[in-house]
Amino acid sequence: MLDVGLTHYLTVAAILFGFGFLTLMTRRNAVGILLGVELILNAAGLNFVAFSHYVTGGVAGQVFTVFIIILAASEAAIGLAVVLQVYKHYRTIDAGMVSRLRQ
Amino acid sequence: MPAQSVADLRFIYPELVLAGAIFAILFFDLAGRGDRSRGCATIALAGLVGAGVLAARDFLLCRGAHPAIEPHAIFSGLLAFDPFAAGMKVFFAMACALIVVFSIPTEEAGGGSAKGRGAGEFYGLFLCIVLGLYLMAGARNLLMLYLSLELVSVISFVMAGFRTEDHKSGEAALKYVIFGGASSGVMLYGMSWLFGATGSLDLGEIAAALATTDSKAAVFVGVLGVLAGFGYKISAVPFHMWAPDVYEGAPTAITAFLSVGPKAAGFAMMLRFFTQALGANAEVVPLDLPWPLVGGILAAVTMTVGNLTALGQNNVKRMLAYSSVAHAGYILMGFSVFDDLGMRSMLFYITVYCFMNLGAFLVVMAVAERTGSERIEAFRGLGRRAPLLAAAMAIFLFSLTGLPPMAGFIGKFYLFVALLEKGGTGYALLAVIGALNSVVALFYYARVLKAMYLRNAAEPEAEGPVPVRPLYGATLAALVVPTVVLGLYWMPVFALVGESLNFAR
Repeated sequence: MLDVGLTHYLTVAAILFGFGFLTLMTRRNAVGILLGVELILNAAGLNFVAFSHYVTGGVAGQVFTVFIIILAASEAAIGLAVVLQVYKHYRTIDAGMVSRLRQ
Repeated sequence: MPAQSVADLRFIYPELVLAGAIFAILFFDLAGRGDRSRGCATIALAGLVGAGVLAARDFLLCRGAHPAIEPHAIFSGLLAFDPFAAGMKVFFAMACALIVVFSIPTEEAGGGSAKGRGAGEFYGLFLCIVLGLYLMAGARNLLMLYLSLELVSVISFVMAGFRTEDHKSGEAALKYVIFGGASSGVMLYGMSWLFGATGSLDLGEIAAALATTDSKAAVFVGVLGVLAGFGYKISAVPFHMWAPDVYEGAPTAITAFLSVGPKAAGFAMMLRFFTQALGANAEVVPLDLPWPLVGGILAAVTMTVGNLTALGQNNVKRMLAYSSVAHAGYILMGFSVFDDLGMRSMLFYITVYCFMNLGAFLVVMAVAERTGSERIEAFRGLGRRAPLLAAAMAIFLFSLTGLPPMAGFIGKFYLFVALLEKGGTGYALLAVIGALNSVVALFYYARVLKAMYLRNAAEPEAEGPVPVRPLYGATLAALVVPTVVLGLYWMPVFALVGESLNFAR
């Protein structure tokens, strides 16, 4: 049986981070961009849990991850509220189209 | 130990006062009908003054007033009780109280940012951000660092989008959310590597572990990620992209706040993180990683990009946004030196920058309130239409440029001294880049001066005098005086700043 160790978790987290970053860079849809942010946050959370289990012991890493989950939820709530507000004015949530500033 | 935590409550009186004021505003706003904005502003102001006075008391206690308290870590090492945190708290209380004063709305429509409806939310949320700044100043644990930073960021998103009827405000909030979320994510990812490499979240324990660790790469990735988070807060290039749009779209009082409060707190966190976790100011830097080089490049790029982009702006608010990016670059010059003098000049510059930048935004707000425009054309002929306002703006702009005898000159002077004292080609080069940048900055500040004194208003009907509310007049005076006085007699403040550079171990 495959022995799953620290390296596997870190690799998965790194891949998640990469996908999240790619999503941030390429997506034009505001909700899509927010999803990318969530992926990055989850990558960090996974790292914390893995390090906490394999390296440091104790619960510090786990507690940190719980905080990340909570703050990710609050950030998503605020983010979606803002997206809704933008939609009301612009009738689109394409981040590229929402650019009446700087003119 | 719960008992110890309860006993530690006496070290966070300023924060408790702020929390109390937040609840007071909430209930006051709910309890009555009609326009409650003045009452809410009064409570906010009282809370800020109380918190500032208590923080000043903490500062004196740490310095050895009777009964002296040694700087130490509180709440199991989550927060620090030391002159540095207390000094920053006094600074935040002053800056934020000024912002509350000039966001008090006028009787007639138009005017301040907290018009009638929503004043409770406005001031309540504003105090929440201030609470976040206070925690940022004291945080000495990665978890606390993250939580306090998010408290400031998340509520700033709401504040940037506070004018729901204005499409620009919503757009600003959207850009802020996207960049804020991304950079805090990257910062967290960095923190997780730092945690893995050192096995601790406590800055002091991280420093101890770093001395023996052999996972250099993990530490490097970790610190780079954390630097991204700080870079976003201080709007350093390449994490500055949010700044111009957010500054332009947000209500002006909030813009003024964002350009001072979170920026100063970001620098405070950065200083604490690098001195405590990385021992960057120690004689022997653990793991000889190239932080001075990273800081120097960041500084050079930030001020150059900020200044060059500011040149082409026609909206004064947007121009000031780029100028605030450039000023982050000047302050980062002190960061790249990172000895005692470097840190001292950074803190001094932040103090000076607060007065002059708040002042410049306040003038923009006063002009926009009367003319309905923030564009440079709105400033035409201001020298005759509102001589005092124009004179104040001229003083702030001279100070931002760094011309003597204004405070900005002394601030820049110390930053350059720190660079040259350190010696070496790299630092000399950075000083030259900084000096060239100051010259570039003169061009776009001078455009506003030219519009104010050498041009007539575009339309004849806009020629009339620009009346200034007494409230603005008083706040402006409170900002002009330190901007001038600190340029002539700065030693006491500089000494105070030096004393505040004392971190709890």
